[in-house]
This record gives sequence, structure tokens and C-alpha cells, in this order.
Amino acid sequence: MNVPRELKYVKTHEWLNYLQADKVRIGISDYAQEALGDIVFINLPAVGDPATAGEPLFDLESVKAVEDIISPVTGEVTAINEKLLDHPELINADPYEAWLVEIGEISGSEELLSAAEYEALLAEEE
Amino acid sequence: MKLLFERSREGHSAQHLPQTQLSGYSLPEQLRRCRELRLPALAETEISRHYTELSQQVHGVNSGFYPLGSCTMKYNPKIDEQIASLPGFTGIHPLQPVSTAQGCLEVLDRAGQALCEITGMDAMSFQPAAGAHGEFTGLLLIKAYHQARGEGEQRTKVIVPDSAHGTNPATATMCGYTIVNIASNAAGGVDLDALRRAVGADTAALMLTNPNTVGIFDPNILEITRIVHEAGGQCYYDGANMNAIMGLARPGDMGFDVVHLNIHKTFATPHGGGGPGSGPCGCKAHLAPFLPADQVTEAADGYRLERPAQSIGRVKAFFGNFLVVVKALTYIISLGAEGIVEAAETAVLNANYMKKRLSPYYHMAYDDFCMHEFVLSLAGEKSRFDVSALDVAKALMDHGMHPPTMYFPLIVPEALMIEPTETESKDTLDEAIEAFIAVQRQLQADAASLRQAPQATPVRRLDETQAARRPVLTYQEKEL
Repeated sequence: MNVPRELKYVKTHEWLNYLQADKVRIGISDYAQEALGDIVFINLPAVGDPATAGEPLFDLESVKAVEDIISPVTGEVTAINEKLLDHPELINADPYEAWLVEIGEISGSEELLSAAEYEALLAEEE
Repeated sequence: MKLLFERSREGHSAQHLPQTQLSGYSLPEQLRRCRELRLPALAETEISRHYTELSQQVHGVNSGFYPLGSCTMKYNPKIDEQIASLPGFTGIHPLQPVSTAQGCLEVLDRAGQALCEITGMDAMSFQPAAGAHGEFTGLLLIKAYHQARGEGEQRTKVIVPDSAHGTNPATATMCGYTIVNIASNAAGGVDLDALRRAVGADTAALMLTNPNTVGIFDPNILEITRIVHEAGGQCYYDGANMNAIMGLARPGDMGFDVVHLNIHKTFATPHGGGGPGSGPCGCKAHLAPFLPADQVTEAADGYRLERPAQSIGRVKAFFGNFLVVVKALTYIISLGAEGIVEAAETAVLNANYMKKRLSPYYHMAYDDFCMHEFVLSLAGEKSRFDVSALDVAKALMDHGMHPPTMYFPLIVPEALMIEPTETESKDTLDEAIEAFIAVQRQLQADAASLRQAPQATPVRRLDETQAARRPVLTYQEKEL
């Protein structure tokens, strides 16, 4: 399972890439895309939407299920990866290249895990 | 197989109309068709064979075992159809004077009384067209109730456990509520501490299925509804799994304020496209003033239709899917009070029999006794043999049965959810058990072959991903 060292993770299987101290890019981990199976639809939020750490921000749909994406941070959506709207399969192809949203003006976050801590969590779930 | 348009041959026809006596007609040029109507030309035999062939491509309750968990695919007795075909039921119009439709109103009244008795509710509306619509109606009642008490602004949250049907959060969202998701405990029930933390002055309702989607009856149910009521919230009972407890336990006695029922599950009316569905919504007396218009009431001069005092209005035209209610009432009367209980008990017995016999071969998600359905997990097979729940479901089709529900509930990885229902004999259950065992043996011996299943169905593996990403939703004319 691919777990890039430079990223942070949360236990709900999203990854975070801090672009600035208060701005982060978010995606789902390799484990999450594998567990979901082929993703067929993504329901991205709008730029300007508020995000609350630990609460659903938007959802995506795979051949198996519709899954909530839990916002790992509190802030405001500053960008969405519009390309994914027509090509959700990019998430399966490379979940770390296919970022989902950017959140800015961050004022709080869930407990963040390092790559090593996230790998330990995955080993536990196996 | 060929489609009707592909079978079409010029000159073939099922209608032989006499030559017209008219010498011709004149229409303004702009009203005339500029090309032939695109209808297939077929003889009656060809049409008949086409539809018969189509009917042979599918698997239904009439063709074999259908253990689709959470859907209660029980057999639909033919007498229900006979009664619903009586001209007194089919020949009515919803706008005719009520004095001339007393028999039909009596059906609604008697069915309502029976369902109130079974659920422990005080009033029932038959307007909702199916389960999710019944949920929507139920939450609208709760919303109207909070608004009438001046707490509409304050109560903005609906609590939903993570084992819930996806329709629960969808319904609450449709009604403008925010969802609070709470995790299940290790036994598959509601985590009481998580519930206590979640409730408060902003709680509008808890939505719960009991027995829940992993087939577990929550032993803390009275405490659960008490916690919600003490916070000022209402308790909504999702009737999806009512088949396990009908005649034995009542949501009203568990502390629930509103229920919906899936008549096409519990009360043996057809599912899906052949239905239609029916999702009556019942409530306790304090919510009855908000029920949709119109409600049937009995007066000295017969049945009447009345709009409840603070009605939320109509959620569907007239009385919902009336003929489905006729079928359900027929089913309830056919079974009687003892039969209803026996059906629920047999549904639970059948599920436990299959679970027990399959336990040596498959990993059960929860060890304890189940209610009417059970969930097994293929997570172990997935990591050891790279065979998924999907592969096992496909392989079961080669044994002449419908596969169980897959990948639901979401809290169990690689889930298969099996609900045999009470209408299957022990022989059918034994055959299905042998099929499950054969598939497990095939999996261990030759995992690759399982990934090629099914082999014996009219179509093999369809590209489900492309069907969702790039669906072709209309007939693609090759040439015209």
C-alpha cells in the first residue's frame, strides 16, 4: 500500500498536504481508493463552502457504495479539482495526484497522523 | 437477444384493420408527418415470444431463491393479485363521491387498523409511494411537530447510526436537517455513550432500524428511545426490518413516535418495477394532527375523508398506491394474528439455520443469534485469495439463485448479507447452503475460476464501472 512520507493522514483515510500553514490540499489514501473500488461519481463542494473538522464535507460514489468524505480541518473551501467531475477514475489511477479540494483559513483540525502512524493504523485494520 | 426494433420486418402486423370507407383527408402541410412513424412491425406471435424470452432472462421470486438481505424478498401469494383485480377495486375513480366508494375506504381503514396494531401506532397514512417516501413523510411530521411547539429553529440535527440504510441520512437531508452519525458498538448495536454525547437541545430526531442492518435486535432499545426523548427529540423507526418482529414486538412499545413500513417487504406485495411500492407512515397520537391529507375516518353514516387539523398537506395524489394496500390487507387477513407471528418466527428461524450451518465455512460478522438476516465477511478470503464478495456473489448465480446483498452494511468489509425469509422451505435452504459451501470449496481450490463467474447466466460479467460512468440510457438506433 502506497503511503507517501511527506503527507499527513487522518484515521478516516484522507491525506493532507499543507501548502501553507493555514492552507491544505486534501485527497483520499491509496487504501481508501482500493477499499472503495472503481469510483464513478464525485460530488464536490463549492468554493467558499465552510468545512468543519470531523464532519462530512462532500461524498463520492463507487461501484460499491456512496461514501462521505470527512473534512480533516475546519476552514473554507478555496479550490476544487474540477477535472475529477468528468474523470473520477483519476482518483483510482493515482489517489495522491488526484487531490479533491483545497481548504484555507484553517482554524482547527482532526488528529493528524504521520505516514508511519497511518501505516500502523492500516496494519491494525487488516 | 434481439430487441423489438431489430425483429421488425416490413409488412408484419398484429392488427388487421378494415379498409377505410373514406376517400381521403386533407391536413395542412405543416401538420403532416414527413416520415413514417418509428414503430416496429411485428406479428402477435413475435411480440409474445419476445416478452416471454425477456421474462426468462431474469430471476425473480417466482423462479428461485432470492436471499437479498434487507429487501425481504418473500413470495407474493397469488390470492393477493386475485383480490386486487376485483372490479370494485380497479373500476373506481379517486374523485367519485365517497358515498359510492365505501368499500375502498373500508380497505384503507381496516388496513390502517391492522398496521397500527402491528406497529403500536395510533394513526396511519397510506399516501407515501414507497419506503423512502414514507421516511420523508415521517420526518416532515416530526419537523411540523417541533415547529408547532416553537422549537423548529432550534432542533436542526438528526442522529443516524453508521449501520443505517443510506435512505435515512438522505431523508433527513431532504428535510433540511444536519446529520449526526454515531458509531456502532462491538455487538453491532447503538453505542449508548456516543448517543448520550450526540443528543441535546438541537436534536430533532433519532432514526433507527431495529433489528438493524446487521440483523441484531438492540437490547438497549428502551434506554435508547428514553435518552432521545429526554433531550426533547423524537424517535423514528425505519420499518425495513419489521418482518423479523411483526406480531412479536411493536415499535410503539419500544418508544418510537413515527414508523414507516415497506409493504412490499413485510406484507408480501411485489417489489420494484412490478410493484409499485407502498410505504405507509404511522405515528403516535401527538403527531396525528400533522398527517398528510386525507385520512379516512369512520362516522355514523359511513367512512369519510378528513384533512387533519395541522396537516403537512399531500405527499402524493389521492391515497397512494391503493391496490398495493388491497394486496397487503389480503395478506394480513389470510395469515391472521397467529400467521403473522408464525411468519416472523419462521423468518428468524430460517436465518439462524442458514447462519449456523454456514458458520464453519464463512466468517460471520457477528457471532450471536441473528434476527431475520445475517452478515458474513469475505475480508479474509479477499486478503488470502484475492477473491471478493463480488466474486462470491457472481459464483452463487451459477447455482441458480439470486446473490445476497453485497457491500452492505458499510461497517462490515467485503460484506454479504443474507435474508432467506419465511417463505422458503428447508429443502430450498439446504440447497442454498450446499451452493455456498460449493463456492467456498471452489474458492479454496481454484480462486481464479471464481473471478470468471458467472458462467451459466444469459450475460456474464458486465462492466459495472462503465455502466455507472458512461451509461447508455436509450435505444441506440443502428440505422433508419
